[in-house]
Amino acid sequence: MTELFTLKHNPLVDPAMHIWSWQIPVYLFLGGLVAGLMILSGYHIIRDRYDTDRPHGHYVTAPVLSVVLLSLGMLALFFDLEHKIDVWRLYMTFEVTSPMSWGSWILLLVYPVLIASALLNFREAQPRLAARYPAVAGVAAVMRSRSGVVNLIGFANIALGAGLGIYTGILLSSLAARPLWSSALLGPLFLFSGLSTGAATLHMLTHIEKAEDNSYGDFLVASMVGWIRPKHGEHEGAVKLAQADNGFLTIELSILMLFLINLSGSSAAGHDAAALLLTGPYAAVFWVFVVGSGLVIPLILQGLQAANRIRPTMIPALLVLVGGLVLRFVLVYAGQASHWPRIAGF
Amino acid sequence: MVIDTHKCVGCKDCVVACKTENSVPEGYCRDWVTEEARGGFPTINLELRSERCNHCDNPPCVHCCPTGASHVHEPGGVVLVTHEKCIGCKACLGACPYDARFINPEGYADKCTFCIHRVEKGLDPACVSVCPTHCMTFGDIDDPLSRVNQLLASRRYHTLLPEAGTKPKIYYLT
Repeated sequence: MTELFTLKHNPLVDPAMHIWSWQIPVYLFLGGLVAGLMILSGYHIIRDRYDTDRPHGHYVTAPVLSVVLLSLGMLALFFDLEHKIDVWRLYMTFEVTSPMSWGSWILLLVYPVLIASALLNFREAQPRLAARYPAVAGVAAVMRSRSGVVNLIGFANIALGAGLGIYTGILLSSLAARPLWSSALLGPLFLFSGLSTGAATLHMLTHIEKAEDNSYGDFLVASMVGWIRPKHGEHEGAVKLAQADNGFLTIELSILMLFLINLSGSSAAGHDAAALLLTGPYAAVFWVFVVGSGLVIPLILQGLQAANRIRPTMIPALLVLVGGLVLRFVLVYAGQASHWPRIAGF
Repeated sequence: MVIDTHKCVGCKDCVVACKTENSVPEGYCRDWVTEEARGGFPTINLELRSERCNHCDNPPCVHCCPTGASHVHEPGGVVLVTHEKCIGCKACLGACPYDARFINPEGYADKCTFCIHRVEKGLDPACVSVCPTHCMTFGDIDDPLSRVNQLLASRRYHTLLPEAGTKPKIYYLT
């Protein structure tokens, strides 16, 4: 038998570390979602650079929504800081070994790219607003007319989106003192979770734009139970998004499995950390909300929708979003609870 | 720093000295005593350890700091925090496998400084200077003739969590 006894009692650290509360998972979720939206938007921007006839609603809505969501995420991050008044010091240096430093600079670059993306299709997507603000519409027209600029904005979206998505995972994996986080697989896991939540958000936007003529309440109820029958073209778009989302969910599920297998077989500390999720105090939430309703059920529902076996609804997209949020909560909370063995074994 | 676990009696004088010398806020501590008991009666082993920041050679708390507040002070390789630069993001608390850091009520990450203000005047850290059994020895690990190196050459010792790869610089003689 080995027994440890100590009078150490520092708040937030002892007896179990709990330095990060709801703010960090919320930020990681919103950051990942925006990263996913940026990669998908970037792909569409490059693909449709010569095509002005396609519906452009998402191209303006997604970047504007991204600015709002990212700002909310950064606000949550700001709430978490213990010395808020010195937040500007993040931008007085670049620390090459610190993912948090990389992240703060990436976030600074993300905003102008999102604004440029929203401007790109401003005229076509918002003709009434464009008529009211002709100067903005003029800038948008100049940008749209140069395929080099359009390509640049598309690639910037993809590159910064990938950076943002991966950094949110690497941020945790760099803190190697917590065995649950000491895996670089968290980078691609959060990236693909971001892509799936991004695709789910776009999916929901198609429903929302489709329902613009209905009242909001009617739309919400109707889309939940599948009363809205999409028009032919819209249905095609929704199916493509569902298929893309299924691809992302499959990859995310595979990475999650590899992450847990890797952890279980790594060391005693890694095994104990994996057990927190697989059988321990976080197991119920992990299996039900992350794996079950967050990955497997949406995969099945969207597969059936794509095969025209059931009506397309917002339900799988909602489940994916909830699953993505709970994934961040579970990993941040369980990660803090995981630790190296405290026995020195003298 | 070298600590002789055979001499330590767990009196916690080192804890009180540190709190007094560094005005550590009430309810917090920069150093502490851990008792590790192993085995069963009558073949029981007990190790008393005065623990604190290990001032690692490969300090994860410094690598993850986004503002450069956590840094390695040269000469000497002591790991310190510049309070004015710290934004309180707590990444360093999460990165330390020894849980040696805490957030000072004023909002910055706080920890053992090896009493650098005393060491620069040629004095020992407060914890070392008050130890009634003289179980702690502070010195230059890079000097092969230093007292700490002589102790490490003549006795068996261990460090805490060497498997974490942080290369801790506090050695416990056993």
